[in-house]
Order: sequence, then structure tokens, then C-alpha cells
Amino acid sequence: MSGVIDIVYAEYNYWIYVTLMMIGFYAMIAKKNLIKKVIGANIFQTAIFLFYVSLADITDGTAPIIVGHGAEHAEHVEHAADVIYTNPVPHCLILTAIVVAVSTTAVALALIIRIYNEYGSLDEDVILAARRELQPEFSEHARQKGVAEVSEQ
Amino acid sequence: MIWILDITMLFFLVICAIAAISIKDLLSAIIILSAYSLIMAIVWVEMHSVDVGFTEAAVGAGITTVLFIATLARTEGRSED
Repeated sequence: MSGVIDIVYAEYNYWIYVTLMMIGFYAMIAKKNLIKKVIGANIFQTAIFLFYVSLADITDGTAPIIVGHGAEHAEHVEHAADVIYTNPVPHCLILTAIVVAVSTTAVALALIIRIYNEYGSLDEDVILAARRELQPEFSEHARQKGVAEVSEQ
Repeated sequence: MIWILDITMLFFLVICAIAAISIKDLLSAIIILSAYSLIMAIVWVEMHSVDVGFTEAAVGAGITTVLFIATLARTEGRSED
């Protein structure tokens, strides 16, 4: 039992990352407003970044910047081997991923502006209803009718 | 890692995430998302990943908020859910 508590306590970063991920996932699925969906996607992405940075962190580690580098700090060089650095590779991955996240957000918001100009609403149900009215061949009823006609032949 | 600061900031992070997706006024939701990004930047600097921290503060809390508000200016600011 104490083992379970130790895991919950020691890995709390991971529990928070899963919680944030599920909050974002819920927003992407259940919210009807398109901007709310993009906010949910943002929360989902940052939760994954939190997971990667938590992986890189080491107990008693310091930022991955060389200690004692340069002539003016030459007296510290003999201690440089004792310094523990956090892993910098996940940091580089996440630095790239943040830029990609902003780009996908920008594309999503540009599409949202285009959809609003076309349908006059950001609500998913209103947009889908307008689409069915404009293009009846895409509606569920017409699709099922088409399936029935094909099966009759 | 300073664990008490870490736990406090992660707690605020979850509160901000829940508030950002449950508030009906979209401008408020976007500002709360900006606060979320800033708290996330604090968490990362505190976990010794300083480069990711200030990139998130500049890009996540800055540019993303500007993009969202520019979208809001061209569309409507009220959400049904």
C-alpha cells in the first residue's frame, strides 16, 4: 500500500499531465464552439510538453548550461565533473514542438474565420445544419437513401 | 526542482485549464488560457528547462493570445457552452 502512495506522490507531475490532457481532450470532443475546441487542443499540446520536460528533469540536477566554462571562472573547472545536468534533448524537441503548436493554432484560427464568414456562426450544430441545407447530398438521410438504392439494385 | 512551488503551480494549472474550457465568454477564456501558458512557463523554468520556459512565455502566452483575440475581433465573442 505504501508503494502505491509513493508512486502517486513521487510521480505527481505525470498525474497532472494526464489530468490536463484529459481536460483538453474533453474540450475537443464535447464543446460545440470551434474556438473552445482550439483552446482544448492547446491545453492537450501543453500537457504533452509537460510530460516531456518532466521526463528530462533529474533530482538535484541543474540547467543544462556548462558550469565553470571560460577563463574568469577557471578555479571552478575542477568541480565541473561533479555537476548533474538535466537532460537537454527533450528540451530541444519541445522547443520545436512549441513553434509547431503555434503554427497549427494559427491555421485553425484562419479556418475558423473563413467558416464564420461562410456560415455566420461558430457553433458546430448550426454549421452542420447549414451544410445539410446547402448540400443535401451530404446529409445523413440522403446518404442512407443512397445506400438503400444501391442495395436494391 | 522546488517541490512546493511545483505542486502549487501545477494546482493552479489544472484550475486554469478547467476555467478556460468552462467559461462562456470567449475573451475571458482566452485571457485565462494566456495565464495558463504563463504558469506553464514558470513550471518549466523551475524544472531547469529555461530555454523552453522563455519560448513558452513569448510564444505561448504572447503570440497565441494575439492570434486568438484577432480571431475574436472578426467573429463573435459568446459561446453556448
